[in-house]
Amino acid sequence: MTHSSCVRSVLALAGIALLIPLTGCERPSADTLQTGFRGTAMVQLETASNTAEKLAANQLPPPTAALPPSGTKASAMYQNVQILGDLDSNEFTQLMLAMTSWVAPKEGCAYCHDAANLADDSKYTKVVARRMIQMTQSINADWSAHVKETGVTCFTCHRGQPVPANIWYSNDGYTPRVAYAGYRAGQNVAADSVALASLPEDPFSPMLRDSGQIRVSSNHPLPAIGKPTPDIKQTENTYGLMMHVSDALGVNCNYCHNSRLFSNWQESTPQRVQAWHGIQMARTLNNEYLEPLKSTLPAERLGPVMADAPKANCTTCHQGAAKPLLGVSMAKDYPSLRSHGTTTAAAPAVDTTPAPPATPAP
Amino acid sequence: MAMLSFERKYRVRGGTLIGGDLFDFWIGPFYVGFFGITTIIFAVLGTALILYGAAMGPTWNVWQINIAPPDLSYGLAFAPLMEGGLWQVITICAVGAFSSWALREVEICRKLGIGWHVPIAFSVAIFAYVSLVVIRPLLMGAWGHGFPYGILSHLDWVSNTGYQYLHFHYNPAHMLAITFFFTTTLALSLHGSLILSAVNPAPGETVRTAEHENTFFRDAIGYSVGTLGIHRLGLFLALSAGFWSAVCIIISGPFWTKGWPEWWGWWLDLPIWR
Repeated sequence: MTHSSCVRSVLALAGIALLIPLTGCERPSADTLQTGFRGTAMVQLETASNTAEKLAANQLPPPTAALPPSGTKASAMYQNVQILGDLDSNEFTQLMLAMTSWVAPKEGCAYCHDAANLADDSKYTKVVARRMIQMTQSINADWSAHVKETGVTCFTCHRGQPVPANIWYSNDGYTPRVAYAGYRAGQNVAADSVALASLPEDPFSPMLRDSGQIRVSSNHPLPAIGKPTPDIKQTENTYGLMMHVSDALGVNCNYCHNSRLFSNWQESTPQRVQAWHGIQMARTLNNEYLEPLKSTLPAERLGPVMADAPKANCTTCHQGAAKPLLGVSMAKDYPSLRSHGTTTAAAPAVDTTPAPPATPAP
Repeated sequence: MAMLSFERKYRVRGGTLIGGDLFDFWIGPFYVGFFGITTIIFAVLGTALILYGAAMGPTWNVWQINIAPPDLSYGLAFAPLMEGGLWQVITICAVGAFSSWALREVEICRKLGIGWHVPIAFSVAIFAYVSLVVIRPLLMGAWGHGFPYGILSHLDWVSNTGYQYLHFHYNPAHMLAITFFFTTTLALSLHGSLILSAVNPAPGETVRTAEHENTFFRDAIGYSVGTLGIHRLGLFLALSAGFWSAVCIIISGPFWTKGWPEWWGWWLDLPIWR
């Protein structure tokens, strides 16, 4: 090969290699939504293909036919109805059918129930389902600051699958080797949980399980006793959580923040308040409802690292949409899911959820 | 008027881009030219409009004066003067003034019979500005995507625009641009210090020349790019910095709407390790 043809081949190969990154790009078709004063770049971006994908991913299940009231309470009709006993038995049946189509459409009633004795509690799935009904009721009744009048149903998370597609397990059990060699604090793995950034892959354990504070910088110049001084890890967990929130909602940072001063509530959008309540809600649900199911769930449902129960984050409900199911309220047709049920038998404590504070902390 | 002996030979009419000899003369040391006049008109008008916008605005605090582009709802249409129209006219004036200045540089090059390296280099800077306020807004369908004219307001725009893509440092063209900016300063500082070292020998010693400069770098790193080469390298580095800056903002929005970290999915998805 002559020198010049060699150079030409190298250049051609380099040219082809340079084209590979272009496959990652989009065609110019961005739809934009201005959310701030002109010229501030408070703008949301969306492509037509994204919008179409979102519409396709948020199709509602076929509605269950409403039955006329039977006049008999479910507790009188059926045995072992611990939390929905006050419902009309036909409304109860309608909810059971709806739950089947939302959670176990392929598996059917027998996914939770012993077909020979529907009242039997021997399947763990039935015990979990009962607790999840209580959780749904709590979300709709106690967390209207986040779910508003839209509310949630089982379908918001499950989408026709027995185990919701978007759950998380703790991955913070990594033990540093000698003298911290190889200790990477969960970073640099291009994890989906942080939208492929280098940030810690598990921001959820500190932020949505433990009560890690969302802080990135100190507002005083020097470390001082009694004043909170966020450290680098806290900052990175915060940014990791924020990457997750953006990814889960399909929005950018400007959806909630004016980035000239992220922390300032006055310059933030109203959505930030709702998101704040959502973070408190996820933390409460994980601690009150989901993690305690560890003793109920079989080993194959537990996390690979910490053997913990599957937990919820923003993606669990939102799944890429700023409003889950694009804001359509399914809960309005199921009033039994919108308030706490009556506990008629020894069930786990229903409402230990503290009401969210009226004003978010600065 | 002080004039170098050879200059008189070049200070003659002719060689203009539009032909004829309209404004083809010097005022003191400055060449005027047709494009000198258009530069002045655009620059004076644009500056006056900025002052007008400031006068109509809420503050004379120089940091806070802000002349913002129109709402996105105006798309690519003209907006009322006080609702972004002023920004549009000022943008026309700025592009007109910058382009006129580049063309005036071309005419001076033609008169001198030298290459067009200076106007071409300046054009890359104009390209970066035009990318921000013309090309990207056109591709995204609204003038409102341009940056506002104000010292602090344009910084706020930069910040929010970066966070539209979650983490702008993952933008590959931004990475290249930053690298070229830093490398430009590295090359300039090495070059400047090398020249100063050669012309500042110890007291009583003679000034050294290019061969000493070359020898220094040959001794230090095994290679000297040479006296002409360092200027080619410097121009390449500096223009690359501006060029990739323009690319990094043109692709943000028109060609990518999600977080820049996610763009690197193509790398994670390469078949050799997927």
